[in-house]
Amino acid sequence: MSATAPTAPKTGTLMSGAKMLLECLAREKVEVIFGYPGGVTLPLYDAIYDHPIKHILVRHEENASFAAEGFARATGKVGVCCATSGPGATNLVTGLVDAMMDSIPIVAITGQVSTKLIGSDAFQEADTFGITRSCTKHNFLVKKLADLPQAVHEAFHIAATGRPGPVLVDIPKDVFQAQAHYTPVSAIHLPGYKVYTEGHAGQIRRAAQLIWESKRPMVYAGGGVLAAGASADLREFVERIDAPAVTTLMGLGALPSNHPNFVSMPGMHGSYAANMGMTETDLIIALGVRFDDRVTGRLSAFAPHAKVIHVDIDPAEIGKNRAADVPIVGDVKKVLEKLNQALAETADQKERNRAARSQWWAQIKAWQREHPLEPEISSEEIKPQHLVSEIDRLSGGEAIVCSDVGQHQMWGAQFIRFNHPRLWINSGGLGAMGFGLPAAIGAQFARPDKLVFALCGDGGFQMSIPELATLANHALPIKVIVMNNGYLGMVRQWQELFYNNRLCAVQLDSFPDPEKLAGAYGFKGRTVESPRELRGALEAAVREPGPYLLNVRVSPFENVYPMVPAGGAINEMVLGPPQPVEAA
Amino acid sequence: MLQLISLLVENKPGALLRVTGLLSARGYNIESLTVARTLDPELSRMSIVVDIEPSQRGQLIKQMNKLINVLQASDLSEAPAVRRELVLLRVRSNMQNRTAILKEAEIFGARAVDSSVEGFALEATGDPEKLDEFIDVMRSYGEIDVTRSGLVAVSLESKKLKLAPPVKKDLEVETTT
Repeated sequence: MSATAPTAPKTGTLMSGAKMLLECLAREKVEVIFGYPGGVTLPLYDAIYDHPIKHILVRHEENASFAAEGFARATGKVGVCCATSGPGATNLVTGLVDAMMDSIPIVAITGQVSTKLIGSDAFQEADTFGITRSCTKHNFLVKKLADLPQAVHEAFHIAATGRPGPVLVDIPKDVFQAQAHYTPVSAIHLPGYKVYTEGHAGQIRRAAQLIWESKRPMVYAGGGVLAAGASADLREFVERIDAPAVTTLMGLGALPSNHPNFVSMPGMHGSYAANMGMTETDLIIALGVRFDDRVTGRLSAFAPHAKVIHVDIDPAEIGKNRAADVPIVGDVKKVLEKLNQALAETADQKERNRAARSQWWAQIKAWQREHPLEPEISSEEIKPQHLVSEIDRLSGGEAIVCSDVGQHQMWGAQFIRFNHPRLWINSGGLGAMGFGLPAAIGAQFARPDKLVFALCGDGGFQMSIPELATLANHALPIKVIVMNNGYLGMVRQWQELFYNNRLCAVQLDSFPDPEKLAGAYGFKGRTVESPRELRGALEAAVREPGPYLLNVRVSPFENVYPMVPAGGAINEMVLGPPQPVEAA
Repeated sequence: MLQLISLLVENKPGALLRVTGLLSARGYNIESLTVARTLDPELSRMSIVVDIEPSQRGQLIKQMNKLINVLQASDLSEAPAVRRELVLLRVRSNMQNRTAILKEAEIFGARAVDSSVEGFALEATGDPEKLDEFIDVMRSYGEIDVTRSGLVAVSLESKKLKLAPPVKKDLEVETTT
């Protein structure tokens, strides 16, 4: 469906602020807005009434921001959400912070009380500009209609370029209502917004040199590779230097999971081989990553023997947590293109450390054999790892999986393969429960051709239940898979391991009957408890043309391993549950 | 450790909030902050003194530079720069001390900007340590009220101001319906 205005208005056409906003959105090629109307956005919704732009009514504004993120994460395009003033705007905040943490381009449009009322504690007034200052890359309060087009296009420009992020535009009701002559914006001028994309040629040459000198290189790739659209370049790079590569939680799919050089995810719940590799490497090639605490564990013990090449578009990330020997500020795609070129020109050096490199690979393979990531499977109960590996089997590395936050997210990251970028969609930095289902809505609108799973825990799912109405409303064929252990599993895991098993406020009783719940919204759902029925139940869910809610009862006390305890070094992993001591 | 930051910012609503928010989000206390327009009325110069771990100084400048409204952030803590503070001080004194106060003020390069039977209002500029001494000395003459401006600074290095050029926007609406 075309999202553009039916007739392009001529320069100088008289129109309302609301129409002007829609005109700007059409020019930004916005296909869909996820939103929820209210008092001060009435003039906007009156303009949407006969505008071709698609507006999707969610059931809570927080889910509008998550859906916009899901759309953006699945496509790389700017996602758009919309809410009214006061409570509408405050409800967007979690999604904005989430997009900030994971560098996801979204634009949020909020209504504000009329300019004359601002500051008077008017009905549904909140200081949206102040509240969202710290959770956006930038924000605008548009007090004059004349400033509106510039602000909207600046918002899209800021959201999508450099290190992507959320931008909010707050628009008072009288600005929506005012009439003015519309002149299209021809240029954006933000003199303080400097984006360095090219990468320093000298540093790139130094990087190539260090790479050939390295005996035990390790590629550490993250969300920045996806943001830059650099997956093909990453693949070329990894093959050119034949180094093992780990991708972070945010970077899964940046290198296909079935690529021979792909090792898996490092960090708190990373694989043994990835964490040992990161510890023993002599050169980390960090691409679009931020040395997050969940990846590095105890920073002082992280990669103690390694030099670091750090490529990031955000200069503030370089040297923030770990000093870089070769800092390269730039767009990962552009830098990798040049680095690949530099490596091609110096390919004669490839043989320099041939023996050491093959030893390094042998070591990585040995670690993989020693403690492989292997799903637990039982004939008595459905193990959570069994569930995610069945999802993996159905997906074959091709489906979009939108995960919520918790144990299921970690198992999903460990066991589901992603052979393309933008298939694994999760709340990484913020860890916002309730993300999975609304993000899946955004992803499915973005990719109607794709099989989309919403992988939720029973906790996060219950935060998202209202959006089942949105699924039903649009007959979205999303497969909602609830990994139901009756607990807030990740919190329980920590209470068990670090708080003497004093389980407090983690048991989730009274889960609704999924058949009745889905039935109440007019689609199918069921519970599966037996390992023998699991595969069939998942296949039936996928076969169903519309939405499907599959509640999977999994063993209640399974924990995620390997695990690096908080504050531990990443090579000090706990590899499995404590073994029961045999009675003498 | 005190860090002196000089910022060139767009004179726009909310710009100060972004700068101070960045500091408060990291738990840094602002020791002083001054802001005023530059020759270009669309720009302001901020001089900020914050108490910060030396290892965090570079990171803070980078974060400041990321703010869209900030055109340039510089660390003047150790850079060649002139740093000055203004103090306005009211001292109450009896008639006998008046001459002594003016003499003392002269030593500090301060001048009287108001005079009344109750005492003087004095104006002094200098580096903060010198002004501390000035205030101490004046306190010995009687009750004082003090307003300090906070540090203002001007860099002695000519650092080129790098600005992002305008970006052309291709925002044509497709003619398909």
